[in-house]
Amino acid sequence: MTMPYYVAPEQVMKDRAEYAQKGIARGRSLIATIYEDGIAIVADNPSRSLHKISEIYDRIAFAGVGKYNEFDQLRVSGIRHADTKGYAYSREDVDARSLANLYAQYLGQVFTHEMKPLEVEILVAELGTGLHPPQLYHIAYEGTITDEDRYAVLGGETEATTERLEEQWTSGWPLSDALRAAVSALAGPDRTLGGSDLEVAVLAQGNGRRAFRRLVDAELEALLG
Amino acid sequence: MTLPLFSTTEDPGPDFAGLIRRLRLPVHPMMAPAGSAVSSGGAATNEFRHGTTVVALRFADGIVMAGDRRATEGNAIAHRAMEKVFPADRYSAVAIAGAAGPAVEMVRLFQTQLEHYEKVEGVVLSLEGKANQLSQMVREHLPMAMQGLAVVPLFAGYDLARQTGRIFTYDVTGGHYEETEHNATGSGGRDARTTIKLGYRVGMARDDAVELAVEALYEAADEDSATGGPDLIRGIYPLVATVTADGFAAVTEEEVSERFAALIERRRAEGRQP
Repeated sequence: MTMPYYVAPEQVMKDRAEYAQKGIARGRSLIATIYEDGIAIVADNPSRSLHKISEIYDRIAFAGVGKYNEFDQLRVSGIRHADTKGYAYSREDVDARSLANLYAQYLGQVFTHEMKPLEVEILVAELGTGLHPPQLYHIAYEGTITDEDRYAVLGGETEATTERLEEQWTSGWPLSDALRAAVSALAGPDRTLGGSDLEVAVLAQGNGRRAFRRLVDAELEALLG
Repeated sequence: MTLPLFSTTEDPGPDFAGLIRRLRLPVHPMMAPAGSAVSSGGAATNEFRHGTTVVALRFADGIVMAGDRRATEGNAIAHRAMEKVFPADRYSAVAIAGAAGPAVEMVRLFQTQLEHYEKVEGVVLSLEGKANQLSQMVREHLPMAMQGLAVVPLFAGYDLARQTGRIFTYDVTGGHYEETEHNATGSGGRDARTTIKLGYRVGMARDDAVELAVEALYEAADEDSATGGPDLIRGIYPLVATVTADGFAAVTEEEVSERFAALIERRRAEGRQP
């Protein structure tokens, strides 16, 4: 008869965390920042069709880094949550905080109860209204949730990227400044990123009911100028 | 509420109606599985609110859609400022005739469905795809239609792939038919159709098309008690909207009232009855 090995719970958690972190660090990073007219999200993503940033609801956007199939499943469930809530109650009852909490609970549950944690880090961004300021909810692979009121950096090497962004950060900056700073922070000292290497979207006040809009091609190049 | 997650074999995909069915949300009977629909016993049609004349016609750059504002319960006027023309999404519009309650609910579901598909899939449905979706909703509503609560929508939009406006009409069974130039539905639909037929020309300009739509509603209101005409005292005018390559745009109330005034003026000048 063989005895099962005893593994200390601390060790189990440590191994899982390490596993998730490694998976996330393999992918490319993403920055979301609040600017004068809304929220800009910039991802280091050369694909035109496999998006890291997408629309959830009228004033809510989603962004994810790490394993694509895992954060895409979270994205779709977020859209489902928001659309059913808006349909059952009203459009103004859909908010980012409750969605971010649901994500955090789910990620936390998977981290503690499943064999394999999700190798993702996600962001739920909500455009401000007259009553509420804009909000960035950053949710880590184990369900830790933090709300940022300036910017959020997701992915591997976040410390160096955050440092580079912090140097340039100014409150209420215009879109083109915010984008240029985010791109140079993502690129680092050794690389340059052009429009075709990036996925960029904004939640902007002037966009009508659905505030989410992707910035592509000529418009993006002009802003990055 | 929990995060709506499904196993890969049970995933409803981009179908919002399928999603709310799977989540077992308390929804309108038309969304319930077949057989569990409304109670038996013929409901008298007249006890429920009904909406009336809606028209759509094609012009050079897209389509014009218009609807009157009256809702009736039997021979009583239930509502004077009801909206029957809605944006379905950025490039299409839907107008409703029939039982008001289920019709408005169907529009809400349809709007959510189109947006849901767009967000989940990352692409917009084709105009034909949207028309088919609406067709399924009307078909599922058939048991209630048989009890007197028929909903007959009119759907039109701008087809970005073909670069032209297109109009689809429906019947209570969910059949949908593409119209080449124009159509109208509702209790005053017949009068509206005749008016449009007489004034219609292929490739009309926008302003002429808006005026013809307004005129059709005016004639329908003249003949049909369940269709409301322009209400000058309360300042309530039919809702008119256009859909072109630039998307859905509502025609302002000011413009609609001016078109009415011009119409009456012109008829007087021509020596016709206004």
